[in-house]
Amino acid sequence: MNLQFAQAWTALLESPLFGITLTLIAYQAARTIWKRTRGHSLANPVLVAIILVAATLLIFQIPYDDYLVGAQYIGFLLGPATVALALPLYRQAANIRRAAWVVIACLVTGSVTAVIVAITVTKLLGGSDQLALSLAPKSTTTPVALALSESVGGIASLTAAFTIFTGILGAVAAPRQLTLLRVFDQRVRGLAIGMSSHGIGTSRALQDDPVAGAFSGLAMALNALVTAVVLPLLLATMPWMLTIQT
Amino acid sequence: MITGFIVLLVCQIIGDFAVRALDVPVPGPVVGMVMLFVVLQLRRPGRDSGVVRAADGLLRHLQLLFIPAGVGIIQYLPVLAGAWLPVAAGLVISWFAVLVVTAGAGVGTLQLERRFKRGDHAKGTP
Repeated sequence: MNLQFAQAWTALLESPLFGITLTLIAYQAARTIWKRTRGHSLANPVLVAIILVAATLLIFQIPYDDYLVGAQYIGFLLGPATVALALPLYRQAANIRRAAWVVIACLVTGSVTAVIVAITVTKLLGGSDQLALSLAPKSTTTPVALALSESVGGIASLTAAFTIFTGILGAVAAPRQLTLLRVFDQRVRGLAIGMSSHGIGTSRALQDDPVAGAFSGLAMALNALVTAVVLPLLLATMPWMLTIQT
Repeated sequence: MITGFIVLLVCQIIGDFAVRALDVPVPGPVVGMVMLFVVLQLRRPGRDSGVVRAADGLLRHLQLLFIPAGVGIIQYLPVLAGAWLPVAAGLVISWFAVLVVTAGAGVGTLQLERRFKRGDHAKGTP
């Protein structure tokens, strides 16, 4: 009886059902909490759902790979969803065209700042070159961050963790910080969120305001293209960043 | 709705194929997004078209789709614990710097544009 139970449990953990169901339950619970707290930033659904799933896996000592057997199908939808971000862009196309110079200014300053500040601060605090290079592309969307990290000598898997942390930070804190900075223009708010906090920030921006959501998606997409050029360029022209000693 | 999903997937497939074939460090879905934007501009679909419904449906639950990757952080907790200060500070400070600089550049550009327009206007009036 006991053996049968153990076998059934193992079979369940190894089937896609487990990861998919756990993710959906955590997401729904997180949404309920988010509504109950009337949209409190710290109750951000992505953050809460990740904590719920991670806690479940750690408590029951379930390997992440077992969870991924099912969860990968949910993660897979991120591809078509990224393509779908063209829709808010299309709806705001006229608005975006009018703000072309603003978009360009945000892109150039934001992408350069991300790389320089991430590398210098990490090095100043005694981080290794590898750590600094793994942090450098973290404001871009996850697949770009991974590819860039590898190509400049960072550790891709660490970059994945940094990138997601950054996105969650943006989803939780960016709108409030922008309000404190007295930035009320929804276009600029969206651009700042997309530049700093890629897709996860964009999912929050879409929740807050359609204009901010569209500009955030735009910034995320363009930042991916620009950082792919800016990061290797800055490393080649400013090699002193990596020679900082503490 | 099914047609809509097919359009999204085909855009992604073409994007994925293009970046592999050209070997550029840009994700396929981002290229797919640019393609879909062009398609939307050309076709101008209505509110109830399949693409619009499929895209809206996915975006409504965009937050759900980040959960599996986010949970992956638990694999790196030991590494992160070993170098938490440079990691945490590098991450938070650079994130905040990007937010402030980008917002500043955006607001600054808007103000410049406004001043330019007012200047042109003043010149135009006798």
